[in-house]
Amino acid sequence: MASISIRNVHKSYAREQVVHGVSLEIENGEFIVILGPSGCGKSTLLRMVAGLESITSGQIAIADTVVNDLEPRERGCAMVFQNYALYPHMTVADNIGYALKVAGTAKAERLARVEATAKSVGLGDFLDRRPGQLSGGQRQRVAMARAIIREPRVFLFDEPLSNLDAKLRVQMRHEIRKIHNRIAATSIFVTHDQHEGMTLADRLVVMNKGTIEQVGTPTQIYNHPATIYVAGFIGSPAMNFLSGQLSLAKRAVALENGTLVPLAQLPALPEGHLVQIGIRPEHLRLTARGQGTIDAAVDMIEELGASRLCNLVFEDIPLCLLTDDRPDLAPGAPVGVYLPADRIHLFDSASQRRIETTLVRLDKRESQSGRV
Amino acid sequence: MIERTPLLNVFTHLILLSGVIVMLFPMYLVFVAASLSLKDVSAIPPHILPGDQLWVNMAAAWEKAGFGEKFLNTFIVAFGVVVGKITLACITAFGIVFFDHRLRMPIFWCVFITLMLPLEVRIVPTYAVAANALQPFQVLLDVTGISWLINSLSGIEVALEWNLLNSYTGLIMPLVATATGTFLYRQFFLTIPDELVEAAKMDGAGPVRFLREILIPLSVTNIAALATIMFVYSWNQYLWPLLVITDQSYGMVAVELGRLVPKISSTGGEVAKWNIAMAGTLIVMIPPILVVIFMQRWFVRGLINTDK
Repeated sequence: MASISIRNVHKSYAREQVVHGVSLEIENGEFIVILGPSGCGKSTLLRMVAGLESITSGQIAIADTVVNDLEPRERGCAMVFQNYALYPHMTVADNIGYALKVAGTAKAERLARVEATAKSVGLGDFLDRRPGQLSGGQRQRVAMARAIIREPRVFLFDEPLSNLDAKLRVQMRHEIRKIHNRIAATSIFVTHDQHEGMTLADRLVVMNKGTIEQVGTPTQIYNHPATIYVAGFIGSPAMNFLSGQLSLAKRAVALENGTLVPLAQLPALPEGHLVQIGIRPEHLRLTARGQGTIDAAVDMIEELGASRLCNLVFEDIPLCLLTDDRPDLAPGAPVGVYLPADRIHLFDSASQRRIETTLVRLDKRESQSGRV
Repeated sequence: MIERTPLLNVFTHLILLSGVIVMLFPMYLVFVAASLSLKDVSAIPPHILPGDQLWVNMAAAWEKAGFGEKFLNTFIVAFGVVVGKITLACITAFGIVFFDHRLRMPIFWCVFITLMLPLEVRIVPTYAVAANALQPFQVLLDVTGISWLINSLSGIEVALEWNLLNSYTGLIMPLVATATGTFLYRQFFLTIPDELVEAAKMDGAGPVRFLREILIPLSVTNIAALATIMFVYSWNQYLWPLLVITDQSYGMVAVELGRLVPKISSTGGEVAKWNIAMAGTLIVMIPPILVVIFMQRWFVRGLINTDK
């Protein structure tokens, strides 16, 4: 068990810098998910913690010991790789027990631990098989068991579920979380799949272009995205954005065509400040034309089974609206869209950062609903 | 796209068949000549069907060439060369592929360039080294003046000498370096996924352990393929043994076979005993053929790298 402290870590390859000064404090036993698009430096960061990449500058400390110059084996980390990286010539038992063998554990103890660990991930009957004879899910379990058996202080996952099919992925996701709850090692899990991030994380770290955009619990990040990037990255379908100018007198944002979108509370910014309104598809409401906040036209309706996804167009800007109703609308039909003022996220167009008034407002609302 | 029509099938099989005939017909002639008596083998037109003197001729060839001792010698040398080549190729490729250092590409190219310098091309300098393996060091000491220093300080004349002529070491060592083997291993090592290397690192295995417990077990088929090629290669060595061996108790089969084959200068007025020479050829061919037959499955798998 160990806390991890990442202090202003940079990573450069020959020409380009891929991680630009990342700092992160991870508490003992926490499950951290690093989420970001491919190439954002999340895997590099993980590999620097593991010791598989050198640290260009900055410090990484595990349990208050700076590990910059330690070999991977000395760091007490176990890692699960994306393509499992099982030793193809060894049996499942040998794969799981290899780390113990290297460490010189006595054979009897090793075999007992291998068997116990294999059983705990449901591989008890497969100990004599080779990785080539296992299914993807089983190989994933072997990779997990290989990491668990070492009783590591830190558990690292490098997109471990992305080679599995959708159903198995959900199942393994639950098992990973259960294993974490059981052994409570500090875990860092890297993924580009926001569902994995939202469901697994104690705290979510959203990365983009080698920097951390935001750190917070999944609900914090969903409800109060700190930047336009995070707002657009988290949530599926993605958040809608409309740009406009702040109009203090009317307590609203004036969109480019003059339409006013009322705000619940005003930020402390000058009149005419350029802002972006962000609103999630599930918070938009469909109305008759003229009855909503803005008027739009239907582009396409997608059936999702439980709900419907309405793709609308407002002044050439695509808008996405999720509704449980069954609106009978043909493409091109005019509709009205209502933007609930308390659901609106306000971002500064220039800095791309969240404008904080909405946060205050939302907090109040949440605490009210909490009382009920 | 693979095209399959009956006509094309017949045609391709005809081509293959003619290839087989072209390859095997000389072998067949060897077999026929080896089984004829001296009178029949010299007959014109030559006999096409085998006779009944095969065992007699083979026994005579074995006796005349002293193959008992030569076979043992050749086995020792071939074994030494195969083991040496595999070990050296494996370690070199390991160093080139898995260690990130500035010299890795220069070293790789140095090894690769030796493909263009086979033993036959560098035979004179190689002979000089074999005659005194410490010669390069002697030159180094002389040039730097260290030998003069030692001489004037202690009165000892520095004269390093290590003669490899007429020894198994001399036969084996110059044949051990192998660019082909290193290249084969390198190509195989490059197919090992990075994650496997990293998983081993995370499991705490150091480089030697990784080589011994992961790479070598994974490259068994490669070793088999390399062993096959190299066994045949060293079994058939002719020029080098001819040069370094003057003591016949170190003789190798291919050289001895050369002595069995009648030459105008050596036969003098004697009748050329082609039947004995061909019987000797048959005997010498047997071990490489057996090795290839037994190793064929591994050999092919090792070369196409599908066993993973």
